[in-house]
Amino acid sequence: MSSSDSLEIDDLSKRYGDVVALSHMSFDVRAGEIFGFVGSNGAGKTTTMRIALGVLSPDAGQVRWAGRPVDLRTRRHIGYMPEQRGLYPKMKVVEQLVYLARLHGLSHAAAVAATDEWTERLGVAARRDDEVQKLSLGNQQRVQLAAALVHDPQILVLDEPFSGLDPVAVDVMSTVLRGKADAGLPVVFSSHQLDLVERICDRVGIVRAGSMVANGTVDELQAGGPERLVVSAPDAPHGWADELPGVVRATYEAHRAELELSPDADDQVVLRAALDTGPVREFARRRASLTELFRHIVTTGATA
Amino acid sequence: MNGVLLIAQREINTRLRSRAYRISTIVLALILVALAVLTKLIGGGTDYTVGVTETTAPLAMPLTASAASIGVTVKTRTVPDEAAGRADVASGSLNALLVGDGSTVHVVVKKGVNVKLDNALHVLAGQVALAQQISRLGGDPSRVESAVAGAKVQVDSLTPPHTYDTQRLVLGIIAGVLIYLSLMLAGQAVAQGVVEEKTSRVVELLLATVRPWELMTGKVLGIGIVSLVQMVVIGGAGLAAGLGTGALSIGTSAAVGTLVWLAVWFLLGYFAYALAFAAVAALVSRQEDVAGVVTPVLLFVIVGYVLGVSILPANPGSGLIEVMSMIPMFAPTLMPMRLTLGGVPVVESVVAVAGMLVVIPALVWLAGRIYRNAVVHSGARVRLADAWRAS
Repeated sequence: MSSSDSLEIDDLSKRYGDVVALSHMSFDVRAGEIFGFVGSNGAGKTTTMRIALGVLSPDAGQVRWAGRPVDLRTRRHIGYMPEQRGLYPKMKVVEQLVYLARLHGLSHAAAVAATDEWTERLGVAARRDDEVQKLSLGNQQRVQLAAALVHDPQILVLDEPFSGLDPVAVDVMSTVLRGKADAGLPVVFSSHQLDLVERICDRVGIVRAGSMVANGTVDELQAGGPERLVVSAPDAPHGWADELPGVVRATYEAHRAELELSPDADDQVVLRAALDTGPVREFARRRASLTELFRHIVTTGATA
Repeated sequence: MNGVLLIAQREINTRLRSRAYRISTIVLALILVALAVLTKLIGGGTDYTVGVTETTAPLAMPLTASAASIGVTVKTRTVPDEAAGRADVASGSLNALLVGDGSTVHVVVKKGVNVKLDNALHVLAGQVALAQQISRLGGDPSRVESAVAGAKVQVDSLTPPHTYDTQRLVLGIIAGVLIYLSLMLAGQAVAQGVVEEKTSRVVELLLATVRPWELMTGKVLGIGIVSLVQMVVIGGAGLAAGLGTGALSIGTSAAVGTLVWLAVWFLLGYFAYALAFAAVAALVSRQEDVAGVVTPVLLFVIVGYVLGVSILPANPGSGLIEVMSMIPMFAPTLMPMRLTLGGVPVVESVVAVAGMLVVIPALVWLAGRIYRNAVVHSGARVRLADAWRAS
């Protein structure tokens, strides 16, 4: 299952005293794909990323890249954006980026060239000689992304890269991530902005209580989610579908009803019942959005 | 290793560019230079100039001699006549003018006679009276004088004590102050640097590329180099000013020796304390909390320094200080003071250095472990015991 350059998170466990932070967390991010990592606060996303970067050590399990355990040398090829943004507040943007690039093993000349390139591409070139603390939060975020990219990483691990960004910056960030994935890098990021995840991720992993509970493409996840029907039958009385076989839940608006069906339900039974009440103007299957899936999984404890 | 050098380099660049560093270096160097110049102005040289007329000229030599016997330097100048001498006294170019026929001591001063000069004149008056009496009794005043001058007390010490020179004592105190200040400044810089990285969270980014010990070592090394340069510049400026103005008469080689010992002991003390500072600072995440955790460590520096400057001036051979100066955590402040004073047996010096060389590697291991475990935990203060255990 491991493609040549995929990042594999294999069976990680981590406890803090009595608190279980991670329990058998496993997933892999293939080369060239963007993996969205979603879950409630405290579900274990940040802990997983910090372990991947070697900032924390796991109690059990392993992180591998291209089939080999990730060590300090491989970590130098990871572009990392920590959840808690971190840069030296009193250091100039350009010096900071050159320094970080050099720590990742670049020569001075290469570090300077990469700094020029990324400050330009991320739109902070005009602020390169300013101290980081003098920048707006949005610009600090751009510099933070530049810090993750400046050493030409082979893997990207970004913890909440979109939080606090304006729509323009979100577009810049998305473009950069897509570009890196297209260049063959495994890209993983966590986010609470599920519409964004749905839009730009190739695959999504949903974590709950330290474990991966759903993992696949958005289509796959939706296919495994609950079946929904939208029925518009203007003459139907309120509650007409409540007693129908296979209907788990029904919500009614003016002339429409939204029904959640159990996996083995027969939608034709529902259609006949609707026609019995009068004309049917709309009858459609609707796939759950990622937000609904997420809520469903996290609140019901279901697995997809 | 490359990581350590890059980190040290960043520390050096950052500090050298900081205003606080430049200003403190210049101000401290200026204070020492000013001290040397002031010492010269107040101390050495001529204390008083006394005028003599033609008739009182024979008193010039005895006055200079009697003044010297009580530690006062008096220069004499022959004036053309009494009126001219009185004018010089009025203008202040003479402190006093000896008038009369020379058989008694009679001075003209502007307002009053300075205590020291007064003492010298009293001694002179006594000698003049004595010489006159000896002559009257038929004796030879000059023979009596030389006999008195030749009379000495012979002292046989069973264990010859080291004689402490005032100048070296002052120098020793200055060395103590300098090393104390340097350890405080450098130690605080290390502690604040560690916490700055935690507060700004940049430590997480750094630890993804370098090991914790590399980060700690690079920081300690960088700040250490910058601080050593600062101390040598300050101490060197002070010594150069002292030698240049003549306020110091210990000789160039002794001065260089003092500076070298100062540098050696600064480095030994710095590494020991900087590691301790780095470890305890890693326990907290906010600058406000730094003082709380570094104070216990700082106390060792302060205790050594305070005991040294309060006991050594009165009792340079203090047994307490002698023993404490060989105990690793007190040695960095006390040993350089004693070495500057002189008279430290080689074996004691070796014991003190050896103690540091044993303690420093132990601290590297200890501090490295605490730092590694604590530095990734941001938020509440990490308990020392937890930092020690967790891994």
